[in-house]
Amino acid sequence: MNWEIVMGLEVHVELATKTKIFCSCTTQFGGAPNTHCCPVCTGMPGTLPVLNRKVLEYAVKAGVALGCEITRYNKFDRKNYFYPDLPKAYQISQLYLPFARDGAVEIACAPGLTKTIRIHEIHMEEDAGKLVHSAYGEASFPDYNRCGVPLIEIVSEPDFRSAQEVLAYLAKLKSTFEYLGISDVKMEEGSMRADVNLSVRPAGSQALGTRTEMKNINSFKSIERAIAYESARQIEVIESGGSVIQETRRWDENKGKTFSMRSKEDAQDYRYFPEPDIPPIEISDEMLEKIRACQPEFADQKAARYVEEYGLSEADAKIIVASVRMASLFEDTVALCGNPKEVRYWLLGEVLYFINDRGMTLSDFRLDAQSFAAFVKIAASERINRRGAKKLFEAMIFADHPLDLEAYIRENDLEQVDDAQLIREAVRAVIAENPKTVEQYKNGVTKVAGFLVGQTIKRLSGKAKPETVNRIIAQELAKL
Amino acid sequence: MEITKLTALQTAAAIRQKTLTAPEALEASLEAIGATGEAVNAYITVCAGQARERAQQVQAKIEAGVLTSPLAGVPVAVKDNICTKGVRTTCASKILGDFTPFYNATVIERLEAAGAVIIGKCNMDEFAMGSTSETSYYGPTKNPWDLSRVPGGSSGGAAAAVAALQAPIALGSDTGGSIRQPASYCGVTGFKPTYGTVSRYGLIAYASSLDQIGPIARDADDCAAMMDVIRGKDDRDGTSLTVDQGSLLDAVRATESLKGMRVALPAQCFEREGLDGRVADAVRTTAGIMEELGAQVQTVDLDFLDYVIPAYYIIAAAEASSNLSRFDGVKYGMRAEEYGDLTDLYKKTRSEGFGDEVKKRILLGTFVLSSGYYDAYYRKALQVKAIIKERFDRLFERFDLILTPTAPATAPILGESLADPLKMYLSDIFTVSVNIAGLPGISIPCGFDGAGMPIGAQMIGQRLQEATVLGAAHAVQRLTDYHTRTPEVKA
Repeated sequence: MNWEIVMGLEVHVELATKTKIFCSCTTQFGGAPNTHCCPVCTGMPGTLPVLNRKVLEYAVKAGVALGCEITRYNKFDRKNYFYPDLPKAYQISQLYLPFARDGAVEIACAPGLTKTIRIHEIHMEEDAGKLVHSAYGEASFPDYNRCGVPLIEIVSEPDFRSAQEVLAYLAKLKSTFEYLGISDVKMEEGSMRADVNLSVRPAGSQALGTRTEMKNINSFKSIERAIAYESARQIEVIESGGSVIQETRRWDENKGKTFSMRSKEDAQDYRYFPEPDIPPIEISDEMLEKIRACQPEFADQKAARYVEEYGLSEADAKIIVASVRMASLFEDTVALCGNPKEVRYWLLGEVLYFINDRGMTLSDFRLDAQSFAAFVKIAASERINRRGAKKLFEAMIFADHPLDLEAYIRENDLEQVDDAQLIREAVRAVIAENPKTVEQYKNGVTKVAGFLVGQTIKRLSGKAKPETVNRIIAQELAKL
Repeated sequence: MEITKLTALQTAAAIRQKTLTAPEALEASLEAIGATGEAVNAYITVCAGQARERAQQVQAKIEAGVLTSPLAGVPVAVKDNICTKGVRTTCASKILGDFTPFYNATVIERLEAAGAVIIGKCNMDEFAMGSTSETSYYGPTKNPWDLSRVPGGSSGGAAAAVAALQAPIALGSDTGGSIRQPASYCGVTGFKPTYGTVSRYGLIAYASSLDQIGPIARDADDCAAMMDVIRGKDDRDGTSLTVDQGSLLDAVRATESLKGMRVALPAQCFEREGLDGRVADAVRTTAGIMEELGAQVQTVDLDFLDYVIPAYYIIAAAEASSNLSRFDGVKYGMRAEEYGDLTDLYKKTRSEGFGDEVKKRILLGTFVLSSGYYDAYYRKALQVKAIIKERFDRLFERFDLILTPTAPATAPILGESLADPLKMYLSDIFTVSVNIAGLPGISIPCGFDGAGMPIGAQMIGQRLQEATVLGAAHAVQRLTDYHTRTPEVKA
């Protein structure tokens, strides 16, 4: 039988506000245990939460970007449960009135094919702390640094049919939030976490199967593996005559399997009720208009514009817009030097090479729009050839200090040689030194001319202008 | 000069006029605690050492002219659910027996900035749950007028301390009557402000949507002076309101007549089962005094009274069940000595750490919030709350003040109430609706019953009309002397 996988996602995203959602502690990742906390976020008796307005602003930005209806009259609710990483024994969240509802996200699920994933709702909540388990004995130590870091939870409808769609959706969310500047969206640091609700059904069926919820998936790669494992597991259960149990399952990265955490019967009653310590918050027309007006240009729009405005290929444009930093570096540099092709050449050729080959990131390079533009102007001029330009570029991006490009060209004698007389002498010498090659050429193997060009440039310490060398070689060979 | 008989304002005035010093005022209160403290059991912690040090500093600042607040140098007793930096804060519970906050409640910061001297932490019902102060882990507080009777609750310690002259003024908290009812039982004046006028930051929550800190004192003027110090917007409490910061004390003192004031007497508060006839008479007499002062008094219908107790106990217990979950033995306070796994740690700590009344309300609150019951109880209670608010709003379109007894009867004998908890819950019938609607209310002494126990009259005002309520109390107290009488405590 053919099976169809049906999935819905619950994605938690930490908002990158400077301070926590209900107190003024830093949201910075890491730090020695219990150093980023105060009486409020550790739930000391008598303390009260006060909403950080920036969190609301960031959240609404996300809601607007994901095409949601924004709830104008917002309330928080308490979700009650006991766990040592939750110092108040309740999480302040939104159940009854999530701040955003009924959104939609377009994803590219195959080349040239898009699909709409519906967003059920997005709500705001506070993150919990962490338990550090002792390597010796049975002790556990709560670390409350993460308590009160603002989160939004994006709940999708069950619209996913493959791991590829899930990955495309997550990539889209990641890119959207990066362009909005509201989150670091790093799965490895936990600032983006996804729970996958998965069920299977016979292909063509409209009814939904019994679902399981997978938690603890920490990377894009694990998501793919977890979906493959869990869907196969469910199919096997059904095909061998059993039935899937509705439960929460934990993904074990090392074992590559999911394990039952708790069944529906053990599901906790969270006893939600309206949070009495935080008065309702109204989102004004003014605030909403301001946020709508300030939505940035997102990756897809940007890529289309690069193709249109700068004549980039679609593939190149997509690579550039995949990173907010690279896109802004690209745009700023082009604005300064007016040469998109040349900027693309260095960014996608040289920089991307180092990024892919050496696992570096854009911030590892000394590369700002100003000096990049100055470099591009030099590289595109007659003054320096590609080989010299490459040398100059590498010197610039790996320099300890901002590089004085002119001084470097002078000191390293990179100025291109375009003296016809000098080049002609070199060409003649190369022809004299390579009779065999010349013989081949005469016999019709004209491609060997390239070898002679290379030899000539080498003879001139790599500084000769290739076009001039080509021209003179052609002339000299024609004379033979 | 009998120092302990001075009001808070008189004490501060005497210090300003150099007929008294802050350390002398403190020593007088400490002496009174020494004499009758054990008998009354109004305090859980007396912080004499810290207070003496503070009194010296405050005296120096007063002499240097740096401190000019109307309460500078006055000893203040504080209910033990208000966090005091460096002084243990127990909520009268075993579970917080060793809890010493490293932060001050906003009201404490404001009091200290005004030159008040915190003398100690007052006994109360455990986590403010109770109407008698008998549920304290640290033993019951006794009524200074008759040590065989309760002082009321939950701010029983604070009210008893003021009545027994162990402090000129105190801070209590009021969730369903916890300031007004003990003030009534102890013959002192207790004021519950409009919800949101006083910051709750540092008040260990019982029911967050109802809790409010307020003063317990000898008279309305002292209450107004205390309100001037503690009220106002606090950035650490999202529910705190921006209020007019003009001097309440000046406004209250200027109230000489009640001319033009429209006073409502709810019929249901004067004719009901369990209402002591002498209580009703005393409050009617107060109504007469108000008429003498120029007020127009009219009997009105208050038909929702039967619904306030159930609505209150559902809302308060629901919030309490959540608020008290943080006491789990993990971070601070008591932890059970022996336990197995994590769940066992929670169970044992909470079973051993909480008293019966607290457990009862946590269970009740957990039940009403449970899935499947939420709509039938909690949602219903919120609807009742909305109706009560609306009814009060309508009443305040026609009236400026509502006058009722504070409690249906005077202070009961120790032990009687816990044996009949429903009766105890009903003793809050006149006070809880004020919390549900978030209104300001005051209890002032208005007579004594046959056994010589004080009777209290409650005045309720519209939201943010603290000046009206305190002003009316001031005007009545100018013509009466019940508030100046003090008990002879038989130690």
